[in-house]
Amino acid sequence: MASRLSTSNRAGWLMALPGFGLIVLFVILPFVLAFALSFTNQRLVSPNPTEWVGLSNYRALLGVGVLHLEPERDDAGNVVTDENGAPEYPRLRSFTRNNPDYPHLAGMSEWFFFDRGEGRTYVLASDVVFMRAIVNTLIFVAVVAPVQAGLALVLALLINQRLRGINLFRAIYFMPVVVSIVVVSLLWRFIYAEEGLLNNLLASLTFGAFDGPDWLGNPRTALGSVIAMSVWQAVGFHMVIWLSGLQTISPTLYEAGAIEGASRWQTFRYITWPGLRNTAVLILIVITMQAFALFAQIDVMTNGGPLDSTQTIVFQAVERGYGRQDISSGSTISVFLFVLVLSISLLQRWLTRERR
Amino acid sequence: MTRLTAASALAMLWATGAMAQTELTMWYHGAGNQVESEIVNRIIADFNASQSDWVVSIESFPQNAYNDAVVAAALAGDLPDILDVDGPIMPNWAWAGYLQPLPIEPTRIEAFLPGTKGVWNDQLYSVGLWDAAVALITRQSTLDALGLRTPTLEEPWTQEEFMGAMEAAKASGDYEYAIDLGMSDQSEWYPYAFLPFLWSFGGDLIDAESGYQTAEGVLNGEAALAFGEWWQGMFTEGYAPGPSQDPADHASGFQEGQYAFTWNGNWLALPFLEAFDDVVFLPAPDFGNGNFIGAASWQFAVSGTTEHPEGGAAFIEFALKDEYLRDFSNGIGLIPPTPTAAAMTENYAEGGPMAVFYDLSEDQARLRPVFPGYPVAAKVFAKALTDIANGADVADSLDTAVDEIEADVQSNQGYGQQ
Amino acid sequence: MSVIDPSNRGLQLATRYVVLTLIAVIFAFPLVFMLVSSLKPDDQLLRDTASLRAFLPVGDLSLQNYYAAFDRAPVGTFILNSVLVTGVTVALSLFVCSMAAFAFVFLRWSGRDLVLGVILATLIVPFETIAIPLLLVVSKLPWIGLDGFSLGWLNTYRVQIVPFIADGLTIFLFVQYFKDLPGDLAEAARVEGASNWQIYRKVVMPLAGPVLATAAILKFLVMYNQYLWPLMVVQEEGRRPVMVGLQYFFQLNRAWGEIMAYLSMITVPVLAFYLYMQRSFIASIASTGVKG
Repeated sequence: MASRLSTSNRAGWLMALPGFGLIVLFVILPFVLAFALSFTNQRLVSPNPTEWVGLSNYRALLGVGVLHLEPERDDAGNVVTDENGAPEYPRLRSFTRNNPDYPHLAGMSEWFFFDRGEGRTYVLASDVVFMRAIVNTLIFVAVVAPVQAGLALVLALLINQRLRGINLFRAIYFMPVVVSIVVVSLLWRFIYAEEGLLNNLLASLTFGAFDGPDWLGNPRTALGSVIAMSVWQAVGFHMVIWLSGLQTISPTLYEAGAIEGASRWQTFRYITWPGLRNTAVLILIVITMQAFALFAQIDVMTNGGPLDSTQTIVFQAVERGYGRQDISSGSTISVFLFVLVLSISLLQRWLTRERR
Repeated sequence: MTRLTAASALAMLWATGAMAQTELTMWYHGAGNQVESEIVNRIIADFNASQSDWVVSIESFPQNAYNDAVVAAALAGDLPDILDVDGPIMPNWAWAGYLQPLPIEPTRIEAFLPGTKGVWNDQLYSVGLWDAAVALITRQSTLDALGLRTPTLEEPWTQEEFMGAMEAAKASGDYEYAIDLGMSDQSEWYPYAFLPFLWSFGGDLIDAESGYQTAEGVLNGEAALAFGEWWQGMFTEGYAPGPSQDPADHASGFQEGQYAFTWNGNWLALPFLEAFDDVVFLPAPDFGNGNFIGAASWQFAVSGTTEHPEGGAAFIEFALKDEYLRDFSNGIGLIPPTPTAAAMTENYAEGGPMAVFYDLSEDQARLRPVFPGYPVAAKVFAKALTDIANGADVADSLDTAVDEIEADVQSNQGYGQQ
Repeated sequence: MSVIDPSNRGLQLATRYVVLTLIAVIFAFPLVFMLVSSLKPDDQLLRDTASLRAFLPVGDLSLQNYYAAFDRAPVGTFILNSVLVTGVTVALSLFVCSMAAFAFVFLRWSGRDLVLGVILATLIVPFETIAIPLLLVVSKLPWIGLDGFSLGWLNTYRVQIVPFIADGLTIFLFVQYFKDLPGDLAEAARVEGASNWQIYRKVVMPLAGPVLATAAILKFLVMYNQYLWPLMVVQEEGRRPVMVGLQYFFQLNRAWGEIMAYLSMITVPVLAFYLYMQRSFIASIASTGVKG
């Protein structure tokens, strides 16, 4: 027994080592470097020596604060209102900039506010754009992961039947994946334009009753438009993974099901789905990872706008690291993303653990 | 020939049995542009044949990829001997040591347009073989139909006249939008094309008097706020398509009559001239503090790591001949830097269709702030303009931009400026 | 089970095809747009984008854009480079990753779960965020080649290949697939005295057809679409891949027709590879007649 375990040990390490070693050298080592950079002031283009700055990059990125303000009153003590009758508040900048009474709010700006009683409570953030990027990314993941996984499964089941010419369909459904994402994004910019294809199509379908919005130019529709396009683009990719999972289910099981007189739903519920368990785990994880890495579509279609409604975490990492030459801030974002996704996966795993 | 180069040339002769020449590598941003490549290659061939000290070899990159490639090479310690650099980026690269001062006599480029001389910290780092310019482009027939005065360099449109033109174009109902500002092109276009408007209002990207340390008061002062309100109005009033503009419309909208005016660069002028025979190039309007356009385009420089700056300088000096300046201008429509070269060109000679650009460039052109923090400040500026165009609060957006620029300057220890 | 009457069956079949075709229309249009646009002159192409004409081969059609694309850039070189880099990476990746996955699923060894956990965690790291540190790493790496010892991997094929051979996703694909294979297969072979290597080669891999095809396709796509990395590490035009080449066409005056022509040409290898893999994918299932 002992000898068998030790051979296994050697064989296991030997066979895993080429892959693991390459990953250590080309993924983990750079990531560790990025981790180290996040504690420095390293710039992309600069002659200045690198210095350790502790956690200041993290503070600059994630700092939040709260400020409660009373509306401005005139000398008589009445609330000053603007032309719409809404109470006026002092400018936040007078608190967040060069104000010795509020040192903890220095450099912050408004993220959102809510009215409470007479006054108004502002939630401030050191980096509002990044906060919006986090929220947008989470929305994107929460929508895309289930929708894309579900649609991909439906497509895979649809395509996994014996029909003449099915290979043609299989190939066509994969088309958006094959064409580079840059091109697909460019094409969708044409489609989503105010006088573009989508609005023209919707207008003619509704006999002119529908006056479509400027899909990518409106903060309310932009993220939704990116989501729809992304699902459409990548669903074929996951269809292929589902397909390979479907192939591992033995035909004899289906034959047995047919003999038992199982309905279509029963066949799916009791034969197909259990056989796809490992594939489902794989797909959910892969989609989640890819959704968190959302970048190319944003880069080509919206640049994070309008009004930050499509900022995402990775877009911000690239924008800062390369665009604004702030490689330490970009690294800080990648470390943050790593910790965020890791915690979500561990939580997910804990919630879906097998209870015995 | 210095002793060092003689020695290394000798060593090469020994090693290869070839000619006693030192090899210089050069990077250029024009891959994919055949006309440009052909001219650059010809200059290199002429240079290599003209003397026996140096052999220049070129590697061209596509423009969109060029800056990233240079930064990556610098990080990896792999810069070439000669490279070209976009004018406003030059101080950034010079500061970081990517470039070294260019050993060329100032008298050699005395006659050059100011936008083609890359001077930072009182030292010449780069020289351009052309400059670019922006103009308010429309058709004479449009001006006539809308009953508008033709503005001149001496008497440009005032803000009222410009807004009157916008309103007239809108009211005519003949156009989808009065003007195409090029909002779909979210690159260096924003600071290059729109900073001049801010200047004309009396603001600036950063306060030069503070030694480029802060933008407080210039990017969010009274003048800048007025600029911001005006800018937002261009979109809320429906005069111009916003940042979500369809790139197809930007590419062909003016030719198809969707826009009455277009605020555009002279590198795009050739298609306009082909489409209409009455295209006119008008100077920028004066919003109260003079009228401006951005200056400086791509320029040649020697890298900070090259062992042969004098070789690089010899090549660049060679390339500054009027005949090459003429060829570039004829080939890609850009402005030749000297009057003598301009006189030799098709478009910029006296009476040529684009001669007005030479005058624009001479009269109106102003350099974008010459300091190493420009690339970051320009990004910040572009974002503020995008947000304001999309309806964000003007004062807040400009304040945020000021804060971001200042934070960047601080984290770079002031960019070494005083 | 109900009796199936032929007309009903025919109707059902027709419905299926209608559904499949409708979905196909939704997915086919980028490719159609690309191909159709590649035949149109720029002004017409741009005009057509606002209507369904964008997908119809109408108007002034010619191959002019293709000729122009070849004039503008060494298209053949780019495609060859990409196919070479992608092909080599895919082949090595399938081998290295499937072997690692085999070790994770069929062998017991100390440190196994930890190593697998670490590899899976690397899935979270988007490439864009480690590109600069990776550049610093490869610019310092040694190499011993035919021309002797050298330092730094820039401007080579290997710098485009080696860092991408092993990746978490591919290993994970194989692991999840191997878990579905019956474990007693390997046990039986082991009892008969087969070595681990033999079990991997002779027992497991012959059953891995579908996942090999899937992993190959996915890896192919990732590698073929590389842009940021080759841009940073390859300076010679002769070694550039297709996506960097695409930038040749994004000049200040964008030549949309040429862009579409170029894209149509560089899409051919991907399409061919996918179709080939799809066929071998089906063939492999037919021959192994997989298992439960």
